Amino acid sequence: MSQRITLAKGLNLGLRKAMEDDDKVLLMGEDVGKLGGVFRITDGLQKDFGEDRVIDSPLAESGIVGTAVGLALRGYRPVVEIQFDGFVYPAYDQIVCQVAKMHYRSKGRSPLPMVIRIPFGGGIGAVEHHSESPEAQFAHTPGIKVVACSNPVDGYWMIQQAIASDDPVVFLEPKRQYHADKADLDETATPEPLFTSRVVRSGTDVTVLAYGPTVKTAMHAAEAAATDGRSLEVIDLRTLSPLDMVPVLDSVRRTGRAVVCHEAHVNLGMGAELAARITEECFYALEAPVLRVGGFDTPYPASRIEEDFLPDLDRLLDAVDRAMDF
Amino acid sequence: MTQESTSSPGDPGFGPDLAEVFGPSHQDGGPDLVQLLTPEGERVHHPEFDLDFDADEIRGLYRDMVLVRRLDVEATALQRHGELGIWAQLLGQEAAQIGAGRALRPQDHVFPTYREHGVAWCRGIDPLKLLGLFRGVDHGAWDPEEFHFGLYTIVIGAQTLHATGYAMGMQRDGVVGTGDPERDAAVVAHFGDGASSQGDVNEAFIFAASYNAPVVFFCQNNQWAISEPIERQSRIPLYQRALGFGFPGIRVDGNDVLATYAVTRAALQRAREGQGPTFVEAYTYRMGAHTTTDDPTRYRLSDDVERWKLRDPIARVEVYLRRNGLADDAFFETLGEEADELGARLREGCRAMPDPSPLAIFDHVYAEETEELAAQRAGFEAYLESFEGSRR
Repeated sequence: MSQRITLAKGLNLGLRKAMEDDDKVLLMGEDVGKLGGVFRITDGLQKDFGEDRVIDSPLAESGIVGTAVGLALRGYRPVVEIQFDGFVYPAYDQIVCQVAKMHYRSKGRSPLPMVIRIPFGGGIGAVEHHSESPEAQFAHTPGIKVVACSNPVDGYWMIQQAIASDDPVVFLEPKRQYHADKADLDETATPEPLFTSRVVRSGTDVTVLAYGPTVKTAMHAAEAAATDGRSLEVIDLRTLSPLDMVPVLDSVRRTGRAVVCHEAHVNLGMGAELAARITEECFYALEAPVLRVGGFDTPYPASRIEEDFLPDLDRLLDAVDRAMDF
Repeated sequence: MTQESTSSPGDPGFGPDLAEVFGPSHQDGGPDLVQLLTPEGERVHHPEFDLDFDADEIRGLYRDMVLVRRLDVEATALQRHGELGIWAQLLGQEAAQIGAGRALRPQDHVFPTYREHGVAWCRGIDPLKLLGLFRGVDHGAWDPEEFHFGLYTIVIGAQTLHATGYAMGMQRDGVVGTGDPERDAAVVAHFGDGASSQGDVNEAFIFAASYNAPVVFFCQNNQWAISEPIERQSRIPLYQRALGFGFPGIRVDGNDVLATYAVTRAALQRAREGQGPTFVEAYTYRMGAHTTTDDPTRYRLSDDVERWKLRDPIARVEVYLRRNGLADDAFFETLGEEADELGARLREGCRAMPDPSPLAIFDHVYAEETEELAAQRAGFEAYLESFEGSRR
């Protein structure tokens, strides 16, 4: 029953399954049709579901999201693809002013079950605007939910769950993982609920919080730390808004230490929120302040030096050392 | 700023001369303006958009305009008395809105901006619901699907994309071009001349054209975007922009309720039949302020306002009805009483509206509420209960 798949394949299979299960599900975006998207996530779907359900759109991000709002109001479940993270900003107004508020301002009469897929993060050697991590901008906005997948199996399940959700979901896909690693997908398994975090490696010394592309970084760091006799617990947050704090707080109460790792800028990022909540909830259990490892507070740099910008295994281990030294 | 002052006389030229292509600007809307009833109340005919209106229909349109104007007057007064936080006046735009609103069929769907009180009236929405929004009781208390009339959209032009997407949904639902008049449907997107400068409106034009969506873009060119004149938005007559996007544009006398009705009806029919989008520019004038916080005496000449008063959308219908013996004094008297009753109902109803519970802050943020929001609500509820006489 199981097959070896990449994240790209997991998302593709998940989209296909969602479209088979519900004929109200539509895909929209630039190049999602014949080309199958620039990352091939929608590969073959237009051929099988037709141009009315896999819609190649004009090159206008606000137009893509804004017309998807209208389709959702008409009873469809549109899934829009923003081609790259840095291109979501032209649609920012539609997402934060319209998508996020429609249910609220209509007193629940106009739900907007739509998904905004954004390939996010760096490490692919791209030119500017192709490597950004805008998650905090959306997680700061009530009315939309924000999730990030980190692996092929989650990609398969989470995209289906996001489409099935009656709330609008910003769905972040770590683009450098699209074609990187394979995993075994069991399509008969029962997935965990969408808005839950997951402990992906148990440990006793430091809790490392990661999501999307940094989950892999955290897992590498945990392996390296183990050779030094340090035991890291790694949590894949998966959901950024709402945050699922229960596994996080349980873990920090046991380890007494937490390090948050994300590619986005540290200032006012997800790490800041996590640090605040952990401090509020388990102040007396902490052996060290919650530390953050992330992208610097600069624009995303040119690709020849992006590896210096991105949090890597060494910077993460350095933070673990600092936490242990308190 | 006038068109003349921004052009460069003596320019050797690059491509066709704009003034030659589009002609000079006209204070009266220009030769292409579709009109069926002149400002003097004279019925004129148009080769393409003429309709036979019977006396009942014209009296009905007149009644709508009178009552909607009363709504506007009462709401403005209520704002002055501190009962509304703000009000967006429609004074002078009654014909554009009633003409467009009455041209709708029940199954059509409207995406309004924040000034479409007349269209809301045509859709059967209680005006008190409009007042509630401006009073700050809620963000709009009507069901968009029940009335086929969306919630007011404050961000300029954002709703034109929603309208286009909704129209694309109608295409997929198979309710366009079936030939069944009870089934075929279309969408109207309302916006103003200022919104025509917004990216979203231009993107909506592109999407609508590209997918041949059944949407009518109904622009009320009331000449002013707060203090910015139409010359600051467009160097050419707005309706001519549509051609550049690949669909027809037409300019109608927005102060002529018969003409706006006829043109909108034709554009809607075109859309329902599957022939795609149309841009209707209702050429009108905002006689009042942008909203009650605005002071138009700072930026426009009273001469202009006086000139537009002569084109009043209601007065010309009254002249027509009286001159042709289609309505007697009793009709106007009864209508006046009806307007007074509406005014009294609005005044009382507005003042009687209770404030929502503070806990309503938390209602309907999500379809599936989050635990963290439920916890915030519970915390705030407990906090409120710690006070005596809590207004929860």
